[in-house]
Amino acid sequence: MANMSMTKLPMPEQDPDVRNHNFQEVALGYTPEMAVEEAGRCLQCKKPLCVSGCPVNVHIPEFIAKVAEGDFKAAYEIIYQTNGLPAVSGRVCPQESQCESLCVRGKKGEPVAIGRLERFVADWYRENVTEKAEKPASNGIKVAVVGSGPAGLTCASDLGKLGYEVTIFEAFHTPGGVLVYGIPQFRLPKEIVRHEVEGILDLGVELSLDTVVGKTITIDELFEMGFQAVFVGSGAGLPMFMGIPGETLNGVYSANEFLTRVNLMKAYLEEYDTPIKHSRAVAVVGGGNVAMDAARCAKRLGAEHVYVVYRRSEAEMPARAEEIHHAKEEGIEFHLLNNPTQILSDGKGSVAGMECIRMELGEPDESGRRRPVEVPGSEFVLEVDTVIMSLGTTPNPLIRSTTPGLETNRKGCLIVQEDTMETTRKGVYAGGDAVTGAATVILAMGAGKKAAAAIHAALQAQ
Amino acid sequence: MAKIITKRRLNPTVTLMEVSAPLIAKKALPGQFIILRVDEKGERIPLTIADYDREKGTITIIFQKVGLTTELLDTLEEGDDILDFVGPLGRPTELEGVKKVAVIGGGVGCAIAYPQAKYLHEHGVAVDVIAGFRSKDIVILEEEFQAACDHLYLTTDDGSYGERGLVTDKLKALIEAGNQYDVVIAIGPIIMMKFVCKTTEPYGIKTLVSLNPIMIDGTGMCGGCRVSVGGQMKFACVDGPDFDGHQVDFDELMARNAAYKEREAQVRRDHACRLLNQEVQ
Repeated sequence: MANMSMTKLPMPEQDPDVRNHNFQEVALGYTPEMAVEEAGRCLQCKKPLCVSGCPVNVHIPEFIAKVAEGDFKAAYEIIYQTNGLPAVSGRVCPQESQCESLCVRGKKGEPVAIGRLERFVADWYRENVTEKAEKPASNGIKVAVVGSGPAGLTCASDLGKLGYEVTIFEAFHTPGGVLVYGIPQFRLPKEIVRHEVEGILDLGVELSLDTVVGKTITIDELFEMGFQAVFVGSGAGLPMFMGIPGETLNGVYSANEFLTRVNLMKAYLEEYDTPIKHSRAVAVVGGGNVAMDAARCAKRLGAEHVYVVYRRSEAEMPARAEEIHHAKEEGIEFHLLNNPTQILSDGKGSVAGMECIRMELGEPDESGRRRPVEVPGSEFVLEVDTVIMSLGTTPNPLIRSTTPGLETNRKGCLIVQEDTMETTRKGVYAGGDAVTGAATVILAMGAGKKAAAAIHAALQAQ
Repeated sequence: MAKIITKRRLNPTVTLMEVSAPLIAKKALPGQFIILRVDEKGERIPLTIADYDREKGTITIIFQKVGLTTELLDTLEEGDDILDFVGPLGRPTELEGVKKVAVIGGGVGCAIAYPQAKYLHEHGVAVDVIAGFRSKDIVILEEEFQAACDHLYLTTDDGSYGERGLVTDKLKALIEAGNQYDVVIAIGPIIMMKFVCKTTEPYGIKTLVSLNPIMIDGTGMCGGCRVSVGGQMKFACVDGPDFDGHQVDFDELMARNAAYKEREAQVRRDHACRLLNQEVQ
């Protein structure tokens, strides 16, 4: 008999006033008993809508049935068939707009906590199963993957399982892309990312770190080296600034720089050498998940006041409701319907404050969101010593500028065939933020998966 | 990882290392740089490519001990590996069509001026080098420069070697004496580059400077290295590091480079133990 509770079983979390002083994971995960109980809420639909809401099509009812039986190992194996990074996606996917949004239980009450269950299964497996996946027999065909973020890792994982000799080329000294430099430790522990990457390397996938494709090596050279296909998953890492006065003052960061220092270089740990400014009051400009991450990191680094400055209202914020909720619990202060006009100097090259202007919402614009309009004469100064610009990112031009025949749209995103993910250059495929501009981890994973299937089909047809 | 092939001290605080990095050596051009990290807890720092040997597959770096990371790097010996070594980054210097140039190096900046002079000299350009140092004991690369230019003018602030005076005095004298330079390339302390630009401006001589802002990734993804050039924001790691010196806001660059001064001093003190460990190994 199914568990007919209308609500999801809550997941234990660190207390807000404790966690805003540390970088340990906020959500603590289900216990085995909790997982079995929540799994009982799944109705095992014959035609499960949840699966169609998942960009990598995890066989959701099947794995949940195994969780309900207490066979967590079998549950993991079902998930892993289609998802190479379950501990990651279980943590950072916006399930409310994907799998869980289509769950029948969500029509009356809350949907089944699919994300929490996926996370539980992946964590249980990591902690309890030490045997390594068997390395598939090589088919002798070399494929190159550019970038080791979620798109590249998923593509490499799928091709590795099929026996391809895959090499991932990564510009940084650590694999994971946004999973290591962007998403903070308290949302996604880096040990987990490392473990997931190692699982992919166990398939025989090679990893070439410190290799900047477009600089150290070009895509043409990869083909000369015998790679039969190339997947470009280089992301959208180029930060945008506002173009207002004062943006080159000390104490103004792009969210990318701030988060890279904190997460990748571990500037929050004393024993690491990379410095970070320890601020008294911080303004984070923007309303996306990255803005929430930056604000919550700033709080943990000891800032007394952390403000999120966003030009529209909370309803238009692109960040997940859960992240906004977590940020508020941790004492982040929201200045909504405000826009910066200039950053003020202390006369010695550092930030002394930020002048903002109040906004009101006008008619909807082409994105469907109501356009913010300045309220004349409403300028005021926010007293901050640090400003973090979190306005979004665009794809880095490094690869497209060094690869003849690779076409992009006016935003610099690579143009691909929707069904195959092949770019305008034969044999070169692309996916993730390099194609869509800044989007989500799971969409990048879905794109990597689709490209892997297309690469497999194309190479088998040859 | 990149193995150190040769290590040579050029003066008490400046060290040269030839490092095995075949992929980088294959592509490197004057004006480009690498990013390195010494150990797991280390930071990423940029260093200009001072030389390259495509046959041997090596890259030469020259660095001055100015803080923890360069001190740590200096504890490595021949045969040791540098944990991370990435490049070649940045744009090569654009010098098409020039016939006569003055290359000006200040202090350890001479290490970066040297490959420029050498490259131009090898490509048939008339090269005058002005190499400036505080005093005789820190003079570096004198022989190398002699072989890489038509005229070498060596200056010291205190007159203990070469001509007494500043590089800008020498440059002005050369221009006044009728030398017609198509381009002046200035590499050294920010204040020196600023004054070289002030010197050439009245003569309308194009002046390239190699900027050295704080960097992290070096691939354009963070903007930590942003500089104002002609009133526009540029990322030195991808748009530079060479820029038209007459357009650069040097005062802003100086302020930005001082952003972590206190923290750098503290890290250097606190991590004395790590330096010691490295030396003991």
